[in-house]
Amino acid sequence: MDIIVEGLLKAFHLLFSLDREVLTIAVLSLQVSGLATMISLFLGISCGTAVALTEFPGRNLVVSIINAGMALPPVVVGLFVTVFLWRNGPFGFLELLYTPTAMVIAQAIIATPIVMGISLAAMQSLPKKLRLQILALGATRLQMLWILMREARLPLLAAVMAGFGGVISEVGASIMVGGNIMGYSRVLTTATVMETSRGNFDVAIALSIILLLFVFLINLVLTLVQQRERPR
Amino acid sequence: MPVLTVNNLKVERGGITDLDIPHFDLEAGESLALLGPNGAGKTTFLLTLARLLTYSQGELLFKGQDISLPAMAVSYRRRLAMVFQEPLLLNTTVFRNVAAGLKIRRLDKREIEKRVAKYAELVRITHLLHRDARKLSGGEAQRTNLARAFATEPEMILLDEPFANLDAPSRDALIDDVQGILRQTGTAAILATHDRLEALRLADRLAVMEGGKIIQIGACQEVMNQPVNEVVASFVGMETVFSGDVLNAADGSFVVAVAGHAVVALGCVEQGEKVLCCIRPENIILSHDHALEGTSVRNNLPAKIVKIIPQGPFLKVHLDCGFFLASYVTQQSLENLALREGKDITVSFKATAVHVIRREKRAPLTAAR
Amino acid sequence: MQKGPIHKIILTILAFIIIICGIPGPVAAAEQKTIILATTTSTQDSGLLDVLIPQFEKKTGYFVKTISVGSGQAMAMGQKGEADVLLVHSPAAEQKLVASGVGINRRLVMHNDFIIVGPPADPAKIKGIKSTTEAFKKIASANSLFLSRGDNSGTHAKEKEVWKAAGINQEKEKWYQQTGLGMGQTLNVAAEKKGYTLADRGTYLALKKNLGLEILNEGDAILLNIYHVIEINPAKWPKTNVAGGKALADFMLSRQTQDVIKTFGGDKFGGALFFPDAGKKVEELGK
Repeated sequence: MDIIVEGLLKAFHLLFSLDREVLTIAVLSLQVSGLATMISLFLGISCGTAVALTEFPGRNLVVSIINAGMALPPVVVGLFVTVFLWRNGPFGFLELLYTPTAMVIAQAIIATPIVMGISLAAMQSLPKKLRLQILALGATRLQMLWILMREARLPLLAAVMAGFGGVISEVGASIMVGGNIMGYSRVLTTATVMETSRGNFDVAIALSIILLLFVFLINLVLTLVQQRERPR
Repeated sequence: MPVLTVNNLKVERGGITDLDIPHFDLEAGESLALLGPNGAGKTTFLLTLARLLTYSQGELLFKGQDISLPAMAVSYRRRLAMVFQEPLLLNTTVFRNVAAGLKIRRLDKREIEKRVAKYAELVRITHLLHRDARKLSGGEAQRTNLARAFATEPEMILLDEPFANLDAPSRDALIDDVQGILRQTGTAAILATHDRLEALRLADRLAVMEGGKIIQIGACQEVMNQPVNEVVASFVGMETVFSGDVLNAADGSFVVAVAGHAVVALGCVEQGEKVLCCIRPENIILSHDHALEGTSVRNNLPAKIVKIIPQGPFLKVHLDCGFFLASYVTQQSLENLALREGKDITVSFKATAVHVIRREKRAPLTAAR
Repeated sequence: MQKGPIHKIILTILAFIIIICGIPGPVAAAEQKTIILATTTSTQDSGLLDVLIPQFEKKTGYFVKTISVGSGQAMAMGQKGEADVLLVHSPAAEQKLVASGVGINRRLVMHNDFIIVGPPADPAKIKGIKSTTEAFKKIASANSLFLSRGDNSGTHAKEKEVWKAAGINQEKEKWYQQTGLGMGQTLNVAAEKKGYTLADRGTYLALKKNLGLEILNEGDAILLNIYHVIEINPAKWPKTNVAGGKALADFMLSRQTQDVIKTFGGDKFGGALFFPDAGKKVEELGK
């Protein structure tokens, strides 16, 4: 019991004293996961929308692949990205292994199918004739896509939250491709694992609290946008 | 110049011809009803006219301009409006829905507010403007849909069975309002429907479609009274239709002046109104001289037999009393009355047999249900 | 469209995101200036490298990526040319690496030792026994709970070595539990379950305060944990950063570093964790 209390005390101490190392780790977490989420949003929403609104041969197969991708195990992604980025591997010349860039790549690969799958379902759930109606109102293709996405904003924002949630909490792939190097590729999740395995529970708890705080705050904002107060 | 001209329009999909229209015109300010059963091609036709469906061949001229180029699609669509059976509203306020087409055209805020206010008033949803569109009743939603379409002040409006999903009272009220707006704005309109009474109330011309083709097109009375074949006949129904002006009205009955004759009918109309009257052929009785005067049959008119057409167990008699009428008689009656083409005869029908359709209804402004 | 408070919030978030991403991140390491050092978790966890590596980086300008993984993975990284230099402590596997021609310039750096820890109650009564193998025999015959890391790390390898030397087949025994975890966690499990375990002195000392376990056997030569630094042969793996790897290896053996190693942990743990051995022979080590 003491250890938990000690952990909480240490957590507050670290947080309020703005410990430099902890700050670096926290900022890096946001940078890496934020960038990965933005990439996944761009790829996921555009592809998901495109597949949702287009008919083409083999569409069912593509949809099943996307849906399967949503359950892609992060450690599998980490392993494959590692193998590809190995010095002596196909993309070794890029010298990306054990860098934050590699982490962004791995996290983007993990998040994109999630965002894509949910966007696909979101856009498909819109009434089929709505598209025609919007075009009939004189919309250009771009205007139509924008209006449809606004119509589906509830599930689309859920997709954003799912994508972000998936990567800010990811640890297996991040350790593998990042190397957990202090001040360089160490993020909240990987640092927590390391501190726990070293037995430094107080530090681990502090890092966990920060992580929880981020997750909560960011989702709070996104939820507010999603559930924007409607006029009666 | 006609607002819309269509030449040799064909829509083919997978070897099947969904639409085949050799020629079609829509005049400025005209309302045309597209009648036909489900699958006749009405929706296909409207979607093709709005360039929302690709056509395999054909020429489309809008106010003389060829609008078949892909680059012209958006600018063309911004000159017309289309209303579907489902309201298809966006999940935002009623105001923003009505403004949707205007936002798309990037009108400035003041202009948008002006137009939304104007057209919301015309369909009587002003009190609903700040409500969430998802919380409207069926009638209110469709009114919003119509306001949205009319707010863009289109040069042509296409309506695909817009009243089909509404209950009878909502439908009647809405049809009246749409009638008023169309007359007020003078917008050319094509209304697809499978309800011939709706067509009669709103349209100047009727086109009957089947199997992707227009089988008959012409003034309402012409198509209703002289269906070109059985298909059309079975769809437009059997009543004879004629129009006239109300001479005087009192206590639920009124007199209509039609081609020099005075016809007594029942209904709530106003003096001077233009009405359409429909009579089923089996309600028209033929007799010699004034055999039925003094009976409960109020209308007795002299007529000439124009044509007698055998139709199986009975015969259809075409009559001319200054306006067209059709009657059914049995073979027996034919012989008893010695009916012959060219002969003079008396035509009688009860006031209750006349079904009245008001063309211009002016109702007091009240909020929509 | 009306501009409500929500728009302000969204814009603030966007601004925040842009600022965050704009913060200069860690400097992107240029090619030849990066060295990949593969080492073990226990080495990293001792904290020694947290002192030495920054010193090296400041002195030479190199950027060292310290990848601390299990001993098996560290050796594999070396074998596959994915590291420039190794700092490991599995003599048998190291010799294989050198024999294969991939590992070169294997040099002795330092040693520390393993200890046997257990509950103060000492159910198997091993306290006072000098020979570690004897102690293990007693644990086995008493069926006392023993926790193993079971993760093919250097520590695990050492532990298996002792069991083998004691002639005991412990794998399938009920009292033998494998955690598959790191040293610190395994110690915590042992403390919770009041069992014995084999640990490196450094990690034990770091966690001693909160554990409640005692050192019950130490000093036997078999418990020595010997660290070598191995460079990777560029002939086998041309992409190796030869100069960097050599520089780091040399640094490990330099007089200055050896002095740091000697005094490391003194103030924190009340005793040195490592014993510098540069230049010595393996046979000379031990009490």
